[in-house]
Amino acid sequence: MRVALFVTCINDALHPRTGRAVVTLLERLGVEVDFPAEQSCCGQPQFNTGYRHATEPLVRRFDRAFRDYEYVVTPSGSCAAMVRDNYPRIGAKAAAEGRGRGLADAAALAVPKMYELTEFLVDVLKVEDVGASYPHTVTYHPTCHGLRMLGLGDRPLRLLRHVRGLRLRELPGAEECCGFGGTFAVKNPAVSAAMGDDKVRHILSTGAEAVCTVDNSCLLHIGGTLGRRGAAVRPVHIAEILASTEGSVQ
Amino acid sequence: MSGAYLGMPAFPRAAAVSTRDTRLRANLTHATRTIRDKRAAAVAELDDWAQLRAAGAAVKDRTLRHLDHYLEQLEAAVVAAGGQVHWAVDADEANRIVTRLVRETGETEVVKVKSMATQEIGLNEALAEAGIRAYETDLAELIVQLGRDLPSHILVPAIHRNRSEIRDIFRREMASWGRPAPEGLADSPAELAEAARLHLREKFLSAKVGISGANFMVAETGTLVVVESEGNGRMCLTLPETLISVVGIEKVVPDWQDLEVFLQLLPRSSTAERMNPYTSMWTGTTDGDGPQAFHLVLLDNGRTDTLADTVGRQALRCIRCSACLNVCPVYERAGGHAYGSPYPGPIGAILTPQLRGVAGALEASLPYASSLCGACYEVCPVAIDIPEVLVHLRERVVEGGPVTRGGTRTVLKPAKGHAAERAAMRAAGWAFDHPGVLRAGMRLAARTRRLHPRRLPGPGRAWSRTRDLPAVPAESFRDWWQRTRGASPEQQGGAE
Repeated sequence: MRVALFVTCINDALHPRTGRAVVTLLERLGVEVDFPAEQSCCGQPQFNTGYRHATEPLVRRFDRAFRDYEYVVTPSGSCAAMVRDNYPRIGAKAAAEGRGRGLADAAALAVPKMYELTEFLVDVLKVEDVGASYPHTVTYHPTCHGLRMLGLGDRPLRLLRHVRGLRLRELPGAEECCGFGGTFAVKNPAVSAAMGDDKVRHILSTGAEAVCTVDNSCLLHIGGTLGRRGAAVRPVHIAEILASTEGSVQ
Repeated sequence: MSGAYLGMPAFPRAAAVSTRDTRLRANLTHATRTIRDKRAAAVAELDDWAQLRAAGAAVKDRTLRHLDHYLEQLEAAVVAAGGQVHWAVDADEANRIVTRLVRETGETEVVKVKSMATQEIGLNEALAEAGIRAYETDLAELIVQLGRDLPSHILVPAIHRNRSEIRDIFRREMASWGRPAPEGLADSPAELAEAARLHLREKFLSAKVGISGANFMVAETGTLVVVESEGNGRMCLTLPETLISVVGIEKVVPDWQDLEVFLQLLPRSSTAERMNPYTSMWTGTTDGDGPQAFHLVLLDNGRTDTLADTVGRQALRCIRCSACLNVCPVYERAGGHAYGSPYPGPIGAILTPQLRGVAGALEASLPYASSLCGACYEVCPVAIDIPEVLVHLRERVVEGGPVTRGGTRTVLKPAKGHAAERAAMRAAGWAFDHPGVLRAGMRLAARTRRLHPRRLPGPGRAWSRTRDLPAVPAESFRDWWQRTRGASPEQQGGAE
């Protein structure tokens, strides 16, 4: 099986380890991974801030980059949700405005091939034990877009439960937003920080060594808040845990 | 809109102050979490909740599509049952109508059933200007009124107050409104309720005019419905000689079968009860039983404009249950007053900018008062996709576009104060559409990474005041792929 990796702009620039972990993990499971270089940003920051028109070229770019693939896998719940939920809206709105020829078609092609990593592992590859080893205590924060827009359910937890040596600690108030919310974090910094403080308090209460999510953007906020407090808890993307094996350094 | 809310600061400024109020935070956290858990349990009891929710949304959508038809049907039925119907295009007109109706009775005091529509139009203030005293009889509204406060929650307007604060308000203020608080009043819920009961009983027994809103209006029979917990509503709806009900036009449902759906959805979503204690229904007037004069004031006040917007109109499905407030992490921390309207929380963030327009600084800030976490949509009993509408309204703020105001279609200009952001978003959009440029930028950032400051100046301070910045890695994923997977640079550039 051959899949395209949609690494996302944040991972490309700030978290290349996560992208490399997805490649390691998928190749270990016998999947051939391509990285179409034409890919870029999904357009979520612009779209969610109200700049829908600025996202239209990115919808077309996504279509061009991934047209030849049946499966596009991304280590980001919110970017996957952007493609699946909002690309069709962008296409439909442009059509209603009498413009954007082909945009709705590009969106329609993108939706069915877009998979968030844990969804791809559990639903397409049908694996829960990916042969990983990560001898640490870990707590899992289900990110909002993964939880409510994609409906990932317990897929990430099922994968984590099969990791050798991993001791999973339940996170109190897990389903509550961490307060990142993209530009929300800077437009409403007081509320965002208050939400982040509560999330971090809950994370610390678990005594875990690491907190993992399916989205590095939320981890940017959670990790930044942990860091400012001088907390030793490591923010880590779930892909990096799942890619780890005995003796490997992820 | 009520004068009480005029000139309030934009949401981020108000919220920056209220999030630091530790007592407010404690009160809200305790109250919202308690009701959140109870609601989840009440909803989980029904196997067909998803179908009920879909039915609720469908009934509302169908009614809104043919709103003109159902409103005329309702008017005819109310008139046939002995009531009078008045149409108010905005808050001022509604206030003028109600003031005139009260004056015609010769009374200078009215008792009120808890009502969002009358909060929305600022009726109490308008009546006060005309020398008419309006007594709120819902316990929480009474606390707000006695405390010269503003409501901060749709269902529990005094949610920001704890019981010792309430006791102090009762002791201090009750005497100037009527029967004083009993000597040595303690702050137990039973004693506080008894004090309110004694204080209000005098009002119920003496008032000749009652003013209410309505949760629903049944077009088929001209019946109005009020759903409540305390019984104060039943008193106000039955004891006075004249009853005036101010109701938003979106509250109409076609028939009793449709009503049945909402009588299941509303109590479980709002108070987490299987059924609310009091459901009052009245149809016009009845000789020798209840009010002998009944006036229905149908309120538009921006609703027709909202209906004209194909994405935003779903906000008109709202049945004011407050479930979205109780699950909202932003509401829980900022409190209701920061929303500058009687409609706080997620629903307020999409309703207020539509009813009032987005020209004001507060209204323009409300669509951004959300992390788009989606918890509100998940619990909404009529499936209003609040995040979708928030993003839609954000676009209206920053890019402008076609809107309907005062019944007229116009094209809105982008709001001021977003020029720098707009330029940045366009630049980012351009860079993201030119991966070569993007890669050059990432390489530059990687080369200079040891020089990056730990805290940012200017607008970036909003991030780095409370959070560390991420470290920029030595090599982007793109460069790693190219270096290790050996494809030629030409293949890696992408279409520029």
